[in-house]
Amino acid sequence: MAKSIKTLLLVMSVLGMFSACSSKTTKSPEPEPTPTPMATPAEPTAAELEAQERAKCDALDKVYYFDFDKSVVQPDAQAALTAEAECIKKFSSSVRLEGNADERGSREYNMALGERRANAVRDYLVLQGVDPTMIETVSYGEERPAVMGSNEEAWAKNRRVELIAK
Amino acid sequence: MKYCLSLVFVLFCFVCRSASAGLTIEITQGSDEPTPIAIAPFAGASPALPEDVRDIISEDLKRSGLFRSIPQRDMLSSPSKEDEIFYRDWRVLGASYLVIGRMTQDANGYALEYELYDVLAQKNIFRKLTRGSATSLRDIAHAAADQIFESITNIRGIFSTKIIYVEDLRRDGPGRYRLMEADADGAREKVLFASSQPILSPSWSNNGRQVAYVSFETSRPAIYRMDLATGTREQLTNFRGLNGAPSWSPDDSKLAFVLSKDGNPEIYILDLYTKRLTRVTNSPLAIDTEPNWTPDGKSLIFTSDRGGAPQIYQIGLATGRVERLTFDGDYNARPRVTADGKSLVMVHRENGIFHIAWQDIATGRRRILTETWLDESPTLAPNGAMLLYATQYNNKGVLAAVSLDAGVKYRLPSKAGDVREPAWSPFLRN
Repeated sequence: MAKSIKTLLLVMSVLGMFSACSSKTTKSPEPEPTPTPMATPAEPTAAELEAQERAKCDALDKVYYFDFDKSVVQPDAQAALTAEAECIKKFSSSVRLEGNADERGSREYNMALGERRANAVRDYLVLQGVDPTMIETVSYGEERPAVMGSNEEAWAKNRRVELIAK
Repeated sequence: MKYCLSLVFVLFCFVCRSASAGLTIEITQGSDEPTPIAIAPFAGASPALPEDVRDIISEDLKRSGLFRSIPQRDMLSSPSKEDEIFYRDWRVLGASYLVIGRMTQDANGYALEYELYDVLAQKNIFRKLTRGSATSLRDIAHAAADQIFESITNIRGIFSTKIIYVEDLRRDGPGRYRLMEADADGAREKVLFASSQPILSPSWSNNGRQVAYVSFETSRPAIYRMDLATGTREQLTNFRGLNGAPSWSPDDSKLAFVLSKDGNPEIYILDLYTKRLTRVTNSPLAIDTEPNWTPDGKSLIFTSDRGGAPQIYQIGLATGRVERLTFDGDYNARPRVTADGKSLVMVHRENGIFHIAWQDIATGRRRILTETWLDESPTLAPNGAMLLYATQYNNKGVLAAVSLDAGVKYRLPSKAGDVREPAWSPFLRN
């Protein structure tokens, strides 16, 4: 009796593994909970693990904010970028960093400031081991505000670098 | 049609005479002691004409800040010939000058004969004639306003000049960003180029025939130039990093601009005939940008933060010698030199507020010109008497103008969207 239950569990695990290899992450059918307290749960497959990691990477914050007139990567951005670097090394073939500035001051100087910020993020990623030839930086200066408005809240949200990983 | 754009390499562009959009003018401050001038209605100017020539002349002179135009309803007589002038009628209104005229129409278009009189001296100053085609009544009016203005003030008039600027319709789509051209009074607005991606830094060539600007249509900034007569566009740069702030040399043979291809923003010059690129500045840790040629073609003035924060510098093109020009305020940028090379206007921050300021280059004497804030992109009229710039009003980007003696101020909002980055044309040959 125990032997056939074990066989049943084995067959269902194999079936579960096949269904997890499809492109979408679908939950493999859970084996029926057995009354035996000694039964082991199914190990996550390599594909499931990768899918979970990709999901975590996708969920990372990809916008990093800066102080006025500054291009220094702030501590919370550093933490996000350290995690992002690992994701890029595992899953990405190209990264585009878009630098921005708030509306104050002259437009072309703000283009340069946006670029400085994008470069600062690029340099941080490279320090974490990301291949620099994979990274493209573009500045939009003050041309693409995330938030309209002439106040501190809007300005703070516009001083940013956005990361797009492919 | 003159501005028909039909080019293979243009991704987003269309011909448009904007019917619903357009700049309007709101005068926010008048001059203290304007000279009173009376413009009598012109004989032969039928109300059926598409433009009121007399009214356009009157508005031009008022907008300069130097004149007050006697309202038509106050006038006691309407002379159109010298022997019809009764000087007392004009003295009682306080007019210092009187303009009379006659409009005629022939197969070729219209002609305006107009005469300027000194009311107190009771004598004729000039008699002139200006002609135009049927579609150029506004040009006739502006030409007359220029002559009247220059005769009285000895300053060349700018009423026949034009402006270009960027408009952002604030909604995504193929025509969101537009490079626009209009008359100096905001009339006859037309779209030169439209794109779904940002456009910035438009710049007139000194012969008035071309415009250079930055476009993001390739998903990165690149510098283009456009011939205004044909609409032909040419992409001039395609470097990685910044391609920005194009500025024409006095003889239009070269463009100075900023590139960051060598690691950080530096200023380069492109010879438009040989296509040879020369690097001008060399400050590895700094941002050098926003170059502007001096009228003698021997130096560039530019913005640099090599001293820690943006300030304005001058570099001699033959010597490479760099000199700092601004020392007041913690932010000075986007310089534009006056036509005589003696002063400049710039974006200047004081107490956290961005104004437009004027500075005498030799003495360093400085004056703040604007009372608005978040001011940017100053551009000078070719006679040096008016300044146009971009600012915010009612949460919209608008253009604003101020006379250099800061006497008159007016605003040019657009009905369509945000307007910004104005560039005033040179004197145009018609």
